[in-house]
Amino acid sequence: MKPKVAFFDFASCEGCQLALLNCEDDLLAILAQVELVEFREAISEQAGRYDIAFIEGSIHREQDIERLYDIRSRSKVLVALGACACNGNVQARSNFVAPAENYKAVYGEEDRNRVQVDGEYWPLWTHTRVRAVHEVVKVDYQLRGCPMQPTEFLHLLKSLLTGREPSFPANAVCVECKKNENECVYDRGLACFGPIAFGGCDAICINSGHLCDGCRGLLPYANVKAHRQLLKEMGIDITSVQNRYRLHLSNEPDAGEVRR
Amino acid sequence: MSDSKSYKIRLEHITRVEGHGSIRIDTHQGKVEEVRLEIVEANRFFENFVKGMQPHEVVQTISRICGICCVGHQLAGLKAVEAAMGITVSDQTMRLRKMLNESQFLQSHSLHLYFLTLPDFFGAASILPLAQREPELVKRALALKKLANDYTAVLGGRALHPVANTVNGWRKLPDLGKVEEIYTRLLQSVPEMEAMLELIKTLKVPEYERETEYVSLKHPDEYALYDGEVCGSDIDTTVPVGDYRQVSNEFTVAHSTSKWSRWHRDSYMVGALARVNNNFQQLHPKAQEAAAELGLKSPCFNPYHNNTAQMVEIVHCTHNSLAMLADLLNDGLVEEEATYQPVAGRGCGAIEVPRGILFHEYGFDANGRCLDANAIIPTSQNINNIEQDMKAFVPLMLPVMSQDELALKMEMLLRAYDPCISCSVHMLDVKFV
Repeated sequence: MKPKVAFFDFASCEGCQLALLNCEDDLLAILAQVELVEFREAISEQAGRYDIAFIEGSIHREQDIERLYDIRSRSKVLVALGACACNGNVQARSNFVAPAENYKAVYGEEDRNRVQVDGEYWPLWTHTRVRAVHEVVKVDYQLRGCPMQPTEFLHLLKSLLTGREPSFPANAVCVECKKNENECVYDRGLACFGPIAFGGCDAICINSGHLCDGCRGLLPYANVKAHRQLLKEMGIDITSVQNRYRLHLSNEPDAGEVRR
Repeated sequence: MSDSKSYKIRLEHITRVEGHGSIRIDTHQGKVEEVRLEIVEANRFFENFVKGMQPHEVVQTISRICGICCVGHQLAGLKAVEAAMGITVSDQTMRLRKMLNESQFLQSHSLHLYFLTLPDFFGAASILPLAQREPELVKRALALKKLANDYTAVLGGRALHPVANTVNGWRKLPDLGKVEEIYTRLLQSVPEMEAMLELIKTLKVPEYERETEYVSLKHPDEYALYDGEVCGSDIDTTVPVGDYRQVSNEFTVAHSTSKWSRWHRDSYMVGALARVNNNFQQLHPKAQEAAAELGLKSPCFNPYHNNTAQMVEIVHCTHNSLAMLADLLNDGLVEEEATYQPVAGRGCGAIEVPRGILFHEYGFDANGRCLDANAIIPTSQNINNIEQDMKAFVPLMLPVMSQDELALKMEMLLRAYDPCISCSVHMLDVKFV
């Protein structure tokens, strides 16, 4: 029997599911190997149990937590798909502001107070905190990045289908950047997260003339202290350093805190 | 005693749309008691957490509102921050951005029309059974979508959340060799696109009409996709983009985490049908021909025809892009400095994205740090209009349709608007001091 594969999305831009749909050349071949049972963005079929469940997005409310528990209990393997699921991505920056203040800023105090006590719809309005999927349930594999890398997705799926252990080497973004012979971002006088960020993206942002903001998360051995010191020595003020760390890394241990 | 016309329809987490929405219909003895479109998407509070960011960071972050319309959010954001910084971009940058925008129209409309909408017309739950029944059709659709993605990637560095374009220009200009490949492939794709047009022509569109106000950009010289002023079909003049709050008049209802909008009526519509209605004469001649073949006459008051209007725009963007790409290959590209000096200021930007008109506004302090942000998304402007359509159509459908058929027609209606619900749950009313 073909393995049952499902996709679920929580708070996200749904771009990682789109990145999968963008694997046009491989899409029909993938579909021939699995039974795609749920993929709300693209199909209407539904099923009860999953061999592999992909979760996109971060977890914010009680109802989202319950839905995630339910999916986990029905899934053999659960994969966090993309930066929002892996570490909360950009929206985790809202964790530095109290939920009541976030609601007030977006809807105004009066409307916030009205909808949060609505007898029927209050559960929609119970944002507490942006959490990565692993902060709520056990995660078996992570597909990092904003958006995720289709090559890594294909590697993971092929490995799972053939019973092999997938491999995601913990190399810095710098490794691939050097292979691509890009001019070092630091030599351009700019600060980069390449030395401490999890590679596997082929340094795509630097290839396009930008720099790395670490959307794939920090390496397990990342020396955050030394990186902060380096930015300080470049004459970057503490507020700017904090701001950079809080673009994609607000929920990473060590990264969200401001250290003087 | 059970009455066949007393029932409750609950369609939760509607499939084949971007984001989370549910439809609720309660009927009792043949009468409609309640029709609601519930938007249940979780908040992400973009407009509050971009505070403190620098202009280019705001733009790269705000594109994360939505994967499908990431280019549109970048471009609206760029226009707004450049207005705030007092930057006028070069002609070359403007032309590249117009192409980037059209590449996103081709990608988004192809995805929606060929993959998310078509299954309904074939009585299929998704594209998957279609891949077996109609393999040639699905392969053709995949090839057209891939071409659009490659078009975005050649200009922007990648298809999703492009990185090459930034404030006041391009970090890295597109490779002209690759641009030429895209031009050739796009030219070769014209017969393929016309084959899709032939197919769309055969689809039977539900015949339900309700006139509403149609809102889009309008430009004196071109079919307004990148620039223009705000046009509402209920008025004779246009409104400057800076006055967008007069247009959107946002308000909050408890059953939707997306805000609602209204202008001269209870609700208004944005998107492909609104644009075609407001600016029909400026469509590329080939697109006007396509509209005639598809039986789409402006103005059209049938929201299901938003799909048809998307096909017309695919024709428009294909031919318009071919012309722009040919000019680019002819003129070549020159390196330009994409730098700027951060200053205090406030600016608005509006652009047409596949789902309709998009407004962004930002304020910055003297260090170029974002003080406040506002994004008014097409879907949030449409949600109210979709619910009004449902309220108008359900009583008409109820006597002549089974419960299942009615439910399908409501799903198709929601899908016809091509809603982008992730996008829509980030609205902000800022109090400016």
